[in-house]
Amino acid sequence: MEEIKMRLSGIEKSFPGVKALSNIEFSVRKGTVHALCGENGAGKSTLMKIIMGLYKADRGQIYIDEKPVEIRNPIQAREYGISMIAQELNYVPELSIEENLFLGRLPVTRFGKVDWKKVRSESLRFLEEQKLPYSPSQKLKTLTVSDIQMLEIIKAVTNNAQVVIMDEPTSSISEKEVEKLFEKIAELKAAGVSIIYISHKMDEVFRIADDITVLRDGEVVSSDRAADIDLDTVIARMVGRKLTNVYPKEEVPLGDTIFEVRDFAQDDMFEDISFRAKRGEIVGFAGLVGAGRTETMRAVFGLDPHREGKVLIDGEEVTIKGPEDSINHGLIMLSESRREDGIVPVRSVQENASLANLRRYINKGIAHRKLEHDEVADMFKKMNVKTPSLDTEIQKLSGGNQQKVLLARWMLCDPKIMILDEPTRGIDVGAKFEIYKLISEIVKEGKTVIMISSELPELLGMCDKIYVMNQGRIAGEIDRAEFSQELVMKYATGLMS
Amino acid sequence: MEKSSRVSYYLQKFSIYLVLVALFIVCSLISPYFLKSSNLINVSRQLCVGILIAYGEMLLIISGFLDLSVGSVLALSGVLSVSIFKSTQSFALAILVAVVVAVLCNVVNGFFVAQLNVPAFIATLGMQQAARGLALYYTGGQNILQLGNFVDIGQGTVGVIPIPVLIVIAITVIIWYLVNNTRYGRSIYAIGGCRPAAEASGINAKRNIYTSYIINGILVGLAGMIFMARNNSGLPNGAVGYEMTGLTAAIVGGTSFSGGIGTVSGTVAGAFIIGFLENVMNLIGVDPYIQQVIEGTIIVLAVAFDVVSKSKKKQKVILKKKDDEAAA
Repeated sequence: MEEIKMRLSGIEKSFPGVKALSNIEFSVRKGTVHALCGENGAGKSTLMKIIMGLYKADRGQIYIDEKPVEIRNPIQAREYGISMIAQELNYVPELSIEENLFLGRLPVTRFGKVDWKKVRSESLRFLEEQKLPYSPSQKLKTLTVSDIQMLEIIKAVTNNAQVVIMDEPTSSISEKEVEKLFEKIAELKAAGVSIIYISHKMDEVFRIADDITVLRDGEVVSSDRAADIDLDTVIARMVGRKLTNVYPKEEVPLGDTIFEVRDFAQDDMFEDISFRAKRGEIVGFAGLVGAGRTETMRAVFGLDPHREGKVLIDGEEVTIKGPEDSINHGLIMLSESRREDGIVPVRSVQENASLANLRRYINKGIAHRKLEHDEVADMFKKMNVKTPSLDTEIQKLSGGNQQKVLLARWMLCDPKIMILDEPTRGIDVGAKFEIYKLISEIVKEGKTVIMISSELPELLGMCDKIYVMNQGRIAGEIDRAEFSQELVMKYATGLMS
Repeated sequence: MEKSSRVSYYLQKFSIYLVLVALFIVCSLISPYFLKSSNLINVSRQLCVGILIAYGEMLLIISGFLDLSVGSVLALSGVLSVSIFKSTQSFALAILVAVVVAVLCNVVNGFFVAQLNVPAFIATLGMQQAARGLALYYTGGQNILQLGNFVDIGQGTVGVIPIPVLIVIAITVIIWYLVNNTRYGRSIYAIGGCRPAAEASGINAKRNIYTSYIINGILVGLAGMIFMARNNSGLPNGAVGYEMTGLTAAIVGGTSFSGGIGTVSGTVAGAFIIGFLENVMNLIGVDPYIQQVIEGTIIVLAVAFDVVSKSKKKQKVILKKKDDEAAA
């Protein structure tokens, strides 16, 4: 076990004007999982890109099996037995499973014709070995994300990978699928494969890692056996300061019921959804991926249709035909995917912030530019948004700051009820903390927050009440006094209802 | 480094205007006739139709769409307008018919694009065929000759300034206002930049897309009248390929084909660049067929420039991020 599979020594990398990595020492033992932790921008991706041959290090040396090697491109990396399962999976949805498996390395016969027989028989063998119930000719887009990920891993292993880099592999799969992934990782370990595991999810890191290395500002802060280090220490090293309280929850006196949803239903999506929330309350929605939380809330907000059901705000039934109506009634929703239906990448941060509130800033054909500018600037200041200027394109901001701009967009509408769908997804620990603080501030103002999250600790830490969804229904309702991870999971997995 | 990057930022931001100025100087050096006031007035007269079309295309491209039916719809609304004028001598009716017909065609475009999600390329290509067919059917393929007073719309002047130029100046002000100071304007930038984000923010994308097509229709209708008046005839076969002129001007002027980006001033500059080029090529006697080759080349190069500079920008963003993080 003590055999070092890969070792990086003295790696340095600068980009014009910035030092991205300095003097990196990093070794991965054979047959182990080595977790790499660090905030966004700590240098993890740069380091991985150097290992994959996408960037060239300015200085330093990579050793494989203690032999110095030079990796100039991903193809060479593959030849040295290094593979990467990227966060955004690389596949062609319209092609079949087998074509994807052999993408870029289709076997050919002597005459240059693709050897489909070989492709088919090998694919069949892999699918069978991996117990995946699919036909090789099935289009990849019909598979679940986790199965596609599994295929990527299989692909890596069939490439004879000795080192597999996994970048946030669990960011878009359900908890059950996470278990499957972890089983696979255990299998790979047993076969002597080393895994570099990058994740923001600390509980996972501590479950599977043998070693933990923390990166901060392009430097290795520490590298320890997982057994010798605890969660708080890792987080403190990542952010470079001690986070005294991970969840800055404040006790806020709860008011009357302000928001109520009754008997919401949509075919094949969700049934019998009823819940209520009080003024000043943070109501969580827990559940596995695919439980129907996002679908339900999108329908409540008016983005998607529903078959039946009522929405009551302040005790009165409101008609919601689209987001416009919801916003007018003081109900907003921060959507889960920042890039898909959150930001308008090419427009300025100010335009992005005022997008949902144009009715106020442009009224009767007159643009109130100063009002808009001042309100946006004030809100940014209040929310500590870091941007070079209000005219900066939003795509130039970090993920955490983009998320804050989107929150600002909705705060500017002065809503009564805010549905926040995965408000901290894909942002680093420091930014997460700031979002939590903002949520606390929001409810102190007497607003109500409905929070969907796949990170259970976050819900347990912030909410006053949690509804747990399972297969399109509300399986349970838990008050803060009774919060426990076990109880939520029992409801979420259908063990209790 | 700070200073030089700022210089290059402004160079990039105003590059289109610099190109325009440079082109103006080059043109005046190449041809002695170029700077003559009669020539310049002629150029601006010629540009009017192109600029109106370019505004329509600009609004549509910002919204994330386009219109390939411009030339045909222009011909259809133009010949109908001309014929109603000939039988009634009423300018009001002529304007009404031109605008209503072009708007109707664009409502149909909008219906297929916004309502049924047919790709704009296909929907407006179909309209291109259909509108041309209607124009030819209505006129029996014959040109309508001798328009009488109608020609004033294209050839008349107030003082020294041609009437079409006055029309275009007025429209320019209106479009500028629409784009910069109305909810519609702000909305189309968001829709073209990321439609789901706009819709999730309570913006009615369909309504705004319809609006873009309708405004495009009004512009094409006006352009149709000016075009026919300039030619002193109703030409059912006229204005073939004018959508390309409009698209080229908008894109050369910095309107991004990926949507969400574009300015009125840029589009004006783009139209003038194309106009000057055409003019100088005519003055020095470049074969009209070769002119087509050159124009085709320009539009591809302009889009290539847009795409390349964007991917470069993206790289800069990444580096910039590293910069920020290192500083933090």
